Amino acid sequence: MNAPAPKEAIIKMYAAREEIHPREVKGTFATLRRVCVWLTQLLFYGLPWLALHDRQAVLFDLGARKFYLFGLVLWPQDFIYLAGLLIISAYGLFLATAVAGRVWCGYACPQTVYTEIFLWIERRIEGDRSARIRLDRQPWSLEKVAKRGGKHLAWGTVALWTGFTFVGYFTPIRTLAEAALHVRLGPWEAFWIVFYSLATYGNAGWLREQVCKYMCPYARFQSAMFDRDTLIVSYDTARGEPRGALRNGNGKDSGKGDCIDCSLCVQVCPVGIDIRNGLQYECIGCAACVDACKGVMDKVGKPRGLIRYATENALANGWDGWRIGTRILRPRTIGYGLVFVLMAVGMSTALALRTPLKLDVIRDRGSMGREVEDGRIENVYRLQLMNTGERAHWFRLAVHGIASADIVEEELVDMAGASARAVPVRVRIDRAAVVTGSNKLTFTATAVDDPALTVTEQAVFIVPR
Amino acid sequence: MSDFTSGFWNWYVALITVLGIAGCAILLWTQSRHRVRLDEHGQPEKTTGHVWDEDLTELNTPMPRWWMGMFYLTIAFGAGYLVLYPGLGSYAGRLGWASSGAYKQELAKANADYGPLFAQYLRRDLKEVAADPQAHAIGERLFLTYCAQCHGSDARGNKGYPNLTDNDWLYGGDPSVIKETIMKGRNGQMPPMGAALGGDADVENVAHYVLSLSGAPADPVKVAFGKPKFGACAACHGADAHGNPMLGAPNLTDKTWLYGGSPETVMETIRKGRNNTMPAWGEFLGEDKVHVLAAYVWSLSNVTVVPQAAAHEVAAK
Repeated sequence: MNAPAPKEAIIKMYAAREEIHPREVKGTFATLRRVCVWLTQLLFYGLPWLALHDRQAVLFDLGARKFYLFGLVLWPQDFIYLAGLLIISAYGLFLATAVAGRVWCGYACPQTVYTEIFLWIERRIEGDRSARIRLDRQPWSLEKVAKRGGKHLAWGTVALWTGFTFVGYFTPIRTLAEAALHVRLGPWEAFWIVFYSLATYGNAGWLREQVCKYMCPYARFQSAMFDRDTLIVSYDTARGEPRGALRNGNGKDSGKGDCIDCSLCVQVCPVGIDIRNGLQYECIGCAACVDACKGVMDKVGKPRGLIRYATENALANGWDGWRIGTRILRPRTIGYGLVFVLMAVGMSTALALRTPLKLDVIRDRGSMGREVEDGRIENVYRLQLMNTGERAHWFRLAVHGIASADIVEEELVDMAGASARAVPVRVRIDRAAVVTGSNKLTFTATAVDDPALTVTEQAVFIVPR
Repeated sequence: MSDFTSGFWNWYVALITVLGIAGCAILLWTQSRHRVRLDEHGQPEKTTGHVWDEDLTELNTPMPRWWMGMFYLTIAFGAGYLVLYPGLGSYAGRLGWASSGAYKQELAKANADYGPLFAQYLRRDLKEVAADPQAHAIGERLFLTYCAQCHGSDARGNKGYPNLTDNDWLYGGDPSVIKETIMKGRNGQMPPMGAALGGDADVENVAHYVLSLSGAPADPVKVAFGKPKFGACAACHGADAHGNPMLGAPNLTDKTWLYGGSPETVMETIRKGRNNTMPAWGEFLGEDKVHVLAAYVWSLSNVTVVPQAAAHEVAAK
């Protein structure tokens, strides 16, 4: 081999993040996103301040292991409802994604919402895209220090408020607010407030699209829900190409497409991609480029929709909105929708029919059963009662299943709201009526003031030889 | 600390740990740069230069730098952890943290939290504590945790384990005696009396006499033969068979039978004797908890209206 050895170079396998300065955009979808930001944040910041029955309406009391959701009190035993909620949420997300692509990412995901809030602050203080790029290049000056400092101060304030609100879901927020005002926070409260504040500040201020691109698992697996009938933010290549700057000389017959290559769609993109290169995994479906291009098309007098929400099939076959709509119902969406509806109906029914009373029967293992006066046989049980409702009740205990069975003494149990108690109970039966060995028995606990509040539990009665 | 029979294994584990972490760091460092060929324009190629299956090449899509920084952070964290906490072989760590220490801390905290409550009960008279609803609720929970295994959740006992609700006491029913029983435990011994009484017939006769004392059905002839033989039992149970709380010897004239009141069981008791143990709880629970527990046990047979933690009243507020 006479060929000279090829020249080599060292490349880095890791790259520094390139700052993205999205230009502010106005339009239908930007407004829709702003509405989503307001709605979700009013809900998030406001909810913990709501009170109900002298307590916080929504409170996840981890210490006491009780989760208050308005009128509902959930106990660790109700974990199944959380699992159900997650399944419903997951299928809701699958359905939305299959129909309309990454709308969750583009409009409602906290990462997008907080980035939007932080971007808004950034714009108010540092100016829009070009001003920010200029500021980046500027050497440090009093003005730059003031702008940067002001921005981070404002970010920090929002972040702290967010962290404080988040912790307010787990520890009563009014007490927390008072403690925070007097700088008397407990170590854990302070830690978590700072932790979530830093997470907000870091994610929305610094990491932004990096979270979607490198951290978010949902961003990666939702492509599995896409098909050729899923709405995606698309650039109409057939209409736009060949792109080229609009000049006075270029008439309609210049042979150029509708794209005037103004690059606004790239400037507004929060993840820094060029949508004209087709669907990319970075695209969060926010439609900022749709809004931007719409304004440009209006100005140059071309029809809107060079960049628009469309499906692959629609682009390939030139379908209109109505044709796209006919493809919404397809096996994939019907499947997701069916599971979603079934789970939602099932869970709501289960929640509505749920009895706020739980009963566990633990038979005393120390003895099989003992003989008492009149030749009756006695078994001892420990009844673990949980009044998961918020009202106090007297509960009447009863046994069924064996004709002669009755409970000795304490048949009425006094229980405070949201409390648990173990009650030792003795049950006696006539030996003649049963067989030696194990006999089936059921316990019931019924609220004295509310017969509908009743719960039944199986147990066995053991008759020794 | 010697978890292993040989010190070798400490070094073995420590070496693997250190090599593993160092290996990660080296891998990270060497893989963050790569040598590639230049293309015809003198620019580095877009691929890493790896080729598989003849024409499958690997595109170089760089990972974010902060991601690599996080890997280094985990290495620093791991090293810091191993210095501060146990993990490197048998090295205990600079902080001296141990799971047993964590348990002791939790225990100390619980004692600090609840200690004053128990101490306040300890200062009060047992009968007074027995009438306190909160102390009753605490006592019930203690009983269900530590006593119910033998005496039953309802405290009515089992064969060999006395009923604690009938106000019939082997060692006396004064609350202070109950407390002593729980603190120090009891060892009740009834010696085998078969040989001392004579033969099997004598045992049967004495058994019938004993049964007759509490009005149980008994053969009058055997009762008559058994009565003079009871002298051997009187040393502990007393001539009138009312028992002796000093020794824990039961009263034989009532209807309470620890092991059963059938003629067969009574004969077995006389022939073979009985040996019974109540463990001492003083050291394990501490006097303050035993105090509350003793008050609860005493209340079972002495407080007619069992006070309940007034759940309704609390909730009504």
